Amino acid sequence: MKIASRFLTPPEAGTTVQFRYDGETVTAPAGISLAAAILTHSGAFTRQTATGSARTAFCMMGVCFDCLVEVDGIPNTQACMTPVRSGMVVNHQMGLRGLKGGNDA
Amino acid sequence: MERTDPEIIIVGGGVVGLSVALGLLLAGRRVHVLDGADSDARASQGNFGLVWGQGKGWNFAPYARWTSDALAAWPDFARKLADLSGIDVALDQSGGFEFFTDAAEMDEFAGMLAQQQRHLGNQACYEMLSGDDLRAQIPGLGPNVVGASFSRLDGHVNPLRFLRALRRAVTAAGGRVTMGAQVARITPVAGGGFDLSMASGKLTGADKVILCAGLGAATLASDLGFATRIRPQRGELLITEKLSDRLPFLSSTIRQVDEGGVQIGGTKADAGLDDSETLEVMAGLAHHAVTVFPALADVRVIRAWGALRVMSPDGYPVYARSARHPGAYLVTCHSGVTLASLHASSLADWIEDTSAAPDLEAFDENRFTLSDAA
Repeated sequence: MKIASRFLTPPEAGTTVQFRYDGETVTAPAGISLAAAILTHSGAFTRQTATGSARTAFCMMGVCFDCLVEVDGIPNTQACMTPVRSGMVVNHQMGLRGLKGGNDA
Repeated sequence: MERTDPEIIIVGGGVVGLSVALGLLLAGRRVHVLDGADSDARASQGNFGLVWGQGKGWNFAPYARWTSDALAAWPDFARKLADLSGIDVALDQSGGFEFFTDAAEMDEFAGMLAQQQRHLGNQACYEMLSGDDLRAQIPGLGPNVVGASFSRLDGHVNPLRFLRALRRAVTAAGGRVTMGAQVARITPVAGGGFDLSMASGKLTGADKVILCAGLGAATLASDLGFATRIRPQRGELLITEKLSDRLPFLSSTIRQVDEGGVQIGGTKADAGLDDSETLEVMAGLAHHAVTVFPALADVRVIRAWGALRVMSPDGYPVYARSARHPGAYLVTCHSGVTLASLHASSLADWIEDTSAAPDLEAFDENRFTLSDAA
């Protein structure tokens, strides 16, 4: 097995997608994770914990849950495990989610 | 030989052992709690946190009354725990439901509650509610719920904080707790008292020994001449992500912890000492939760586990003094959280045999030997 076969094939250089993040249009390279796309756009916090601490993506491998955002209305979505897609509507996650989706913000 | 000289050694540092220890410490005794290995079957780390009476002892009046007394003693116990440990266990006794999706099962449970009420008189207070009554009362309840029983005496605590609070309270009250202290053998000493050999080779001793080691007590109990045979019963449970909304109900199978997460559980299986979870049972639990409260359908499950209940042959608690070796006691039960309020108070009177001792004759293990003989 070649080492390269363990990785996803990178998308063609120059291919981009556009998505909405907190109302802004963000452009990102195709094929990367939503967490990487948001971090490239801004290092600001992307969620607040139940007690109000500011957090953003950290482990980038699905373990720490600090990258939670709302994606297309679905709260507590792990941005690092979600490939960025064209047309996604993403919002930061403020505190705990409610019962019917959405969050406190 | 090294002697640490506590008056009482408690074998088992889970909810039951720590509660019993706390009661004896508050009665002025020197107590040392020996807790086993991390890998032991620990019911206390898998529990649901219910402080619950509905249906308990419907077929055994002493257990119905003991449970009822335990519910009444909880507010005072929770205050005592908070004073000693600085931890609020979030006791909420504002009433609980048992939901049914099958009318025949509901009728059967109503019969059990009626029998429980005959044992308890006006200390019991339950009502049966139809599905439509419930839906008028609880917004969002599922259309397939046929009804529920409700008791305003039932409630819950935060199960993780409760175990931590107990351990801290025992230490604050002057007790010693040693972790990783597996007891290999207990030897009665001529003239009174017991020697305990630890798996590590260390020796210790005390005037009295109380076995509270749940499933781990089996060999030690039979060495001391106790006849009770404890069996494991597996329960599985699901934990959801935390929610900012409060669920509008507490039930014996669906409960929200004060921090926001929802616990879903209540299954029973005989699987020996295998405490792993199974996809089929987890799916059944999720289905039940969504049937009762459909809004849970899009809430994520973030953890699931199996844990082993500690069951005596008839499911009721055992409080037994060894006839052969005075000073040796066996205390074991399933509902260790509910009964903790009494284990940490009046059970100390029973162990010390004071004039205030509750009458626990009905919980002696001779009920098993008698039925064997019959």
